[in-house]
Amino acid sequence: MTSVLAITDHRRGELRDISYEIITAGRELADETGGDLHLAVISGTVDEFAEKLDRDGVDAIHTVDYGEEFNHGVYSQAVTQLYDELAPQYVLAPNSVNGLDYAPAVANELDLPIVTDAVGLETDGDTLAVTREMFGGKVETTTELEGEAIVTIRSAEWPVAEGTGDAAIDAFDVEIDEGALGSTVTGFEEVGGGDVDISEADVLVSVGRGIEEEDNIPIIEELADALDATVSSSRPIVDNGWLPKNRQVGQSGKVVTPDVYIAIGISGAVQHVAGMKGSDTIVAINTDPNAPIMDIADYAIHDDLFDVIPALTEAFQ
Amino acid sequence: MKILVTVKEVATVEDEFEIEGTAIADQYLGADLNEWDDYAVEEAVQLQEAGLADEVVTVTIGPEDCEQTIRQALAKGADRAIRVWDDALEDVDVLDVGAKTDILEAVVEDEDPDLILTGVQSGDDSWGATGVALAEDLGFEWAAVVNHLEHDLEDGVASVRRELEGGVEELTDVELPAVLTIQTGINEPRYASLRGIRQAQRKPLDVQGLGDLGVDAAAVEGAVTLTEMYEPESESDVTVWEGGAEDTAGQLAELLREKGVAP
Repeated sequence: MTSVLAITDHRRGELRDISYEIITAGRELADETGGDLHLAVISGTVDEFAEKLDRDGVDAIHTVDYGEEFNHGVYSQAVTQLYDELAPQYVLAPNSVNGLDYAPAVANELDLPIVTDAVGLETDGDTLAVTREMFGGKVETTTELEGEAIVTIRSAEWPVAEGTGDAAIDAFDVEIDEGALGSTVTGFEEVGGGDVDISEADVLVSVGRGIEEEDNIPIIEELADALDATVSSSRPIVDNGWLPKNRQVGQSGKVVTPDVYIAIGISGAVQHVAGMKGSDTIVAINTDPNAPIMDIADYAIHDDLFDVIPALTEAFQ
Repeated sequence: MKILVTVKEVATVEDEFEIEGTAIADQYLGADLNEWDDYAVEEAVQLQEAGLADEVVTVTIGPEDCEQTIRQALAKGADRAIRVWDDALEDVDVLDVGAKTDILEAVVEDEDPDLILTGVQSGDDSWGATGVALAEDLGFEWAAVVNHLEHDLEDGVASVRRELEGGVEELTDVELPAVLTIQTGINEPRYASLRGIRQAQRKPLDVQGLGDLGVDAAAVEGAVTLTEMYEPESESDVTVWEGGAEDTAGQLAELLREKGVAP
């Protein structure tokens, strides 16, 4: 009896961490419903991937050997056919850029409700309660639904599954309608690079929306100079063109692990936190004591950065 | 070519707020054009300025209150707007992805656009799923999380970049008609000019009920119910430095020196 079908994620020959996290989330859910956890791995070197994915708690792994890299048409068709074959109660997919490129389509095709970006899951076998955030992390909510559903899960919310399993690995015979693939991937490109690699920095002075305007960026640069540190930023600063793309910390930017990360005027959206939570010491300077960044900061100053930063710079000049 | 842009008015929340039941108390809420949709509007208007689009139409699901937000999009250059509202929507606490898709599908069937642009997600409930679900529903091609669109649309193909995690972009070709979900940073959204704001007042804003669109009122009930809302518990034991800016900066300076950071 299949109760949970979890779809794994990989890119350019590597399984992504979420693939092991989704095993943990899927196992918990399968235990609550008294069913089995099935995984699917679609495209790429599926047999190699299946061996790596065979961790504790996985009952079966279905390999779909079709194409090299992610294509949302292949994923949509494969997941739909797996659903028809296995009749799971819940389908879990990663809340990654690629997960969001096929999971809503599968939900629509199968006429299933979809709940995205889950940070918690619980079921009594009938009702599924999904914990998620709203308003950029200011509140948490519980949403409930009955029956079957597709849920996308946020990365780094569940621990990585460990231990070797003894899953049944089988090649799933998929029928892909090439005429209905719906897009053609023509390549990949690394962006950023350039003069500075923020992922190598020991100390980052990182600036966010609180800086208000481009003309204020120099006060951050002066502080970085005084500390012999590197300037980085959250997404809006790069979107506005105030700093180059290679300075962006976060899910769509760089993952950084400095000794000290000084977050200045950064609220701490989940996409940003994903890129810097591995920093050794995190200092947050923000007027809003309830900003999500305070949840992961080691030290905080709840004050106006335009007062604090010049005083700090002066202390080092 | 006609472009349809989905425009949502999102709720914004003050730094300090209170929760009443499963909602934030009204006095702490504001309203704004969804940030991601702002970029989608800008992209459509730029396609029009490049001579590729003949008409840019916005569609919004929302009550009369949100007309000010719709006028913002018109002031930035959209030609006309459609607002969908109905008594049946009044009491729905979660308009889920399926319900939104059903409503938007009916609008698309009336309008027959060549290209649909939506924001990647909304700033309030953050579903991030409606654009792709809508594309599948319509049998359109699609691409999610687009941060670059080539404006030539040669041979009816949109060449886009999708922003993956970790500083990698995927290059993808999508044939029109298509839905693209637009990521922030794809362009620089303009401020509405005074002239634009004046013109927006005269642009057509058509209000449609579910019956007008042929959508069954039962479709909006959705499958998902909101049962709880609360402030998340802090996971850290953060040390908060108190005092004036001089004091707090001094304490941070001390920490940095302890860590061997400063000269």
